[in-house]
Amino acid sequence: MNYLLRKLGFYAVAFWAALTLNFLIPRLLPGDPVDILLAKLSQRGATVTPETRKAYATLLGGDTGQPLIQQYWTYLTNIARGDLGTSISYFPAPVTEVIAASMPWTLVLVGIATVLAAVLGVVLGAIAGWRPGSWLDSLVPSTTLLAAVPYFWLSLVLVYVLARQLELFPSQGGYDVVLTPGWNLEFIRSAAYYGFLPALTIVVGSVGGWLLGMRNMMVSTLSEDYVLTARAKGLPARQVMRNYAARNAVLPSIAGFAIALGFVVSGSVVTEQVFSYPGIGSRLLGAVTNNDYALMQGVFLFITLAVLGANLVVDLLYGLIDPRTRARS
Amino acid sequence: MTNTQPLTEPVAERPPQARPATRPKAAWRLMLPTMTPWLATGLTLVAGIALFGLLAPLLVGDPDRIRDVGLTGPSGELWLGTTQTGQDVFAQLAFATRGSLQIGLIVGVLATVLSAFFGIYGAYLGGVADEAFSLLSNVFLVIPGLPLVIVISGFVPRESRGLWTIAVVLALTSWAASARVLRAQTLSVRNRDYVAAAKLSGERPWRVIAVEILPNLLPVLASQFVFAVIAAVLGEAGLSFLGLGASGSSTLGTMLFYAQNGFALPLGAWWWFAPPGLVIALFGTGLALINFSIDEIVDPKLKNARLHRRRTRLAAKGGAA
Amino acid sequence: MSATTDRHAGPGAVVVSVRDLSVVYETEQPVTAVKGATLDLHRGEILGLAGESGCGKTTLAYAVNRLHQPPARIASGSVTFHDRDGSDVDVLALADEELRRFRWAKLSMVFQGAMNALNPVRTIGAQLDDTLRAHDTSLDRRARRERCADVLTRVGVDPGRLRSYPHELSGGMRQRVMIAMAMLLEPQVMIMDEPTTALDVVVQRDILREIVRLRDELGFAVVFITHDLPLLLEISDRIAVMLRGEVVELDTAQNLYRNASHPYTRKLLGSFPSLHGERGGFVRTGPTDEEELR
Repeated sequence: MNYLLRKLGFYAVAFWAALTLNFLIPRLLPGDPVDILLAKLSQRGATVTPETRKAYATLLGGDTGQPLIQQYWTYLTNIARGDLGTSISYFPAPVTEVIAASMPWTLVLVGIATVLAAVLGVVLGAIAGWRPGSWLDSLVPSTTLLAAVPYFWLSLVLVYVLARQLELFPSQGGYDVVLTPGWNLEFIRSAAYYGFLPALTIVVGSVGGWLLGMRNMMVSTLSEDYVLTARAKGLPARQVMRNYAARNAVLPSIAGFAIALGFVVSGSVVTEQVFSYPGIGSRLLGAVTNNDYALMQGVFLFITLAVLGANLVVDLLYGLIDPRTRARS
Repeated sequence: MTNTQPLTEPVAERPPQARPATRPKAAWRLMLPTMTPWLATGLTLVAGIALFGLLAPLLVGDPDRIRDVGLTGPSGELWLGTTQTGQDVFAQLAFATRGSLQIGLIVGVLATVLSAFFGIYGAYLGGVADEAFSLLSNVFLVIPGLPLVIVISGFVPRESRGLWTIAVVLALTSWAASARVLRAQTLSVRNRDYVAAAKLSGERPWRVIAVEILPNLLPVLASQFVFAVIAAVLGEAGLSFLGLGASGSSTLGTMLFYAQNGFALPLGAWWWFAPPGLVIALFGTGLALINFSIDEIVDPKLKNARLHRRRTRLAAKGGAA
Repeated sequence: MSATTDRHAGPGAVVVSVRDLSVVYETEQPVTAVKGATLDLHRGEILGLAGESGCGKTTLAYAVNRLHQPPARIASGSVTFHDRDGSDVDVLALADEELRRFRWAKLSMVFQGAMNALNPVRTIGAQLDDTLRAHDTSLDRRARRERCADVLTRVGVDPGRLRSYPHELSGGMRQRVMIAMAMLLEPQVMIMDEPTTALDVVVQRDILREIVRLRDELGFAVVFITHDLPLLLEISDRIAVMLRGEVVELDTAQNLYRNASHPYTRKLLGSFPSLHGERGGFVRTGPTDEEELR
């Protein structure tokens, strides 16, 4: 229970930090985003009233009339109410609506790809670490090659080979545009088909990290006394590997999930760009191009919230798997 | 019969091809990684690409010179063909490699200095300072890096995005992971007896850190530096690819940006978009392989596992012969 | 090659015979950790294996069970297990699956420092249970549960502890659990490597009494490895003394104490200070009694 509270507290602090960063960034950097934003708004044919100006000023700064603390407070209450402003590139849709529409795509893509990469990497790493020097173990350095490959370049290569030359998969989009989105089998199949290459990119790019970490930890764990005891007890080799070695070796990988997820999220943003995948990453980049600051900030906050949430879940999982953490707190 | 004069030195069991007695290695030499095929490959890759980035720009032609041949494939004269404006791709690659390496190195150093400060110094101080630094690292760790960099870059107008701005931003978003690792390592070293002995005997704090703690952290520090450089090169490439990199700079990422915008992919101009990514990948792999060997120093069990297997295998073969 | 036979061959049958066993560590300079060790373990006896650190006693114990890892390599010799049912097993020649079945069922081990010998992420019960499952598939879950509880009670640990994790137990309790685990399959031989070294003296005494009591009850042979010779003098039937990889003396505890033949054994015996009696061979510098009184 103590552990749970500590973790929740930490993530609350982290989220608050992200909110504050979000608040400070436009105010610290040169340029007046509010003016640019309003100019674009009027271009789109919206009427700019003093209230609009005030709303944006609260979000982005530039309203030098009010003291900073006041602006901060208004900003926080707005966020709490779920008001992230209006998007200009998708005018007149509010930012929350744009995010809600694109969020499922990224969640599914990144979620499935990360889980797949983690499971694959950990399992292969365990096998490679169990038999150091085997043929599988000698493949490990080549996975470092994969880990060093920039995601977006890998996407380009995959698109070139699999989409253009071999024409096995589509190179753009999230689904076949002639279909209407909905929970029907045809749409889901189409989404899976279009999502295959982006997912493959993420899996191939991130599996190396998991594999290497797990393998090194396995080699370390194999020299522990409890593994020796397990072998001496005459347990079948597979059981020793799974229940004694791997169960302990996997702990640092779970603990380091935060770092891994950070890389995956970063990589997926760029991957979405290459594939014009309608996820949240594309929205972020589109927002940057269009100076749609409200959307930019909204997406950043949302991504941060999602990453923090995922990390919280993993931390709690760690607390379940390693009984010593409950004792320590 | 009870043997009253047992033998005391190892004799006769040694296989005939045993090595002659060697002097024990000097202590500092034990800190260096042993040469393995992996390490050799890694060093070759890194050195090769570094030399390429360093010297090739002096030897190739002008990367910006426009010809009116349009998009052409590799030929005898232009090894990697041309861009859609007829620019020499190979020349561009040379300058881009130099640019990427430059920024990779700068950010790597900056990030490592930051992580060393927050990780090592904080752990050494202990108490409230340590908790505060640790909290700061963890918060920065969980806030996703690239989206933050994108947001910051997005707010900075193009003209102000210089090399140093981008370098600082990248360093600020990537130091946290290393700091955590360094802190864990420092904590384990700090609690060892020889550090306590040094403190008790009145050594000044900076001296304790420099003389007792740092030498034990060197392998980990080196490993984290290598990671930082890899992350920096990849991060900068991603930023530039998105068009958010340092303005006026020429890196492997910007090359890919222009390739993407020049429709290299739909036009099948593999010679334009494949090489830059390949250079990044090979450089990163080389660094990762070097890190592999550093890992063996940090965790000697990995090295022992490898050595022992090899020696036992050889001995069994020799004994069976 | 050095051969050592005991002066008084006991009347009991032999359960393990080690003949001329040599174990080499293939490091940069190969080191022979065990040189031509030859000894017999009699059924139901407590054989003490004594010597200073690095003399090879642990290496010998591991080699007998084939638990040695690279760089250790068995260079020569044989280990034969004489089963109760009359068959002889060449331990060094066993195939993987046969070795797996042999281990723990015929010969079990208690390792040095039980702090780390138990898997930290699984309960005690789970670790006891999987031993049973791996060897005896005839028992159902309830029968296994009963067996585990029974064996814990035998060593003086509350059966409720089956649900605990290792870090929730004290050092002494963990060592008792290890002993219980070693007894699960009623082996004929138990090898104990410094089982009480890391514990305080009171707990040490309790555990030693348990071991002797269990041996009397169940009749298994014990190889008790330690550097603490006086302890062996108390509990062992026979004692083997090792020096730099060789067994230099092997005799009953009584004879060894009264009339040790090897100079090293005598030196070892004399190194332990006695609570009463003359100072003996324990070399000590410093002021004599008269000087202190002045």
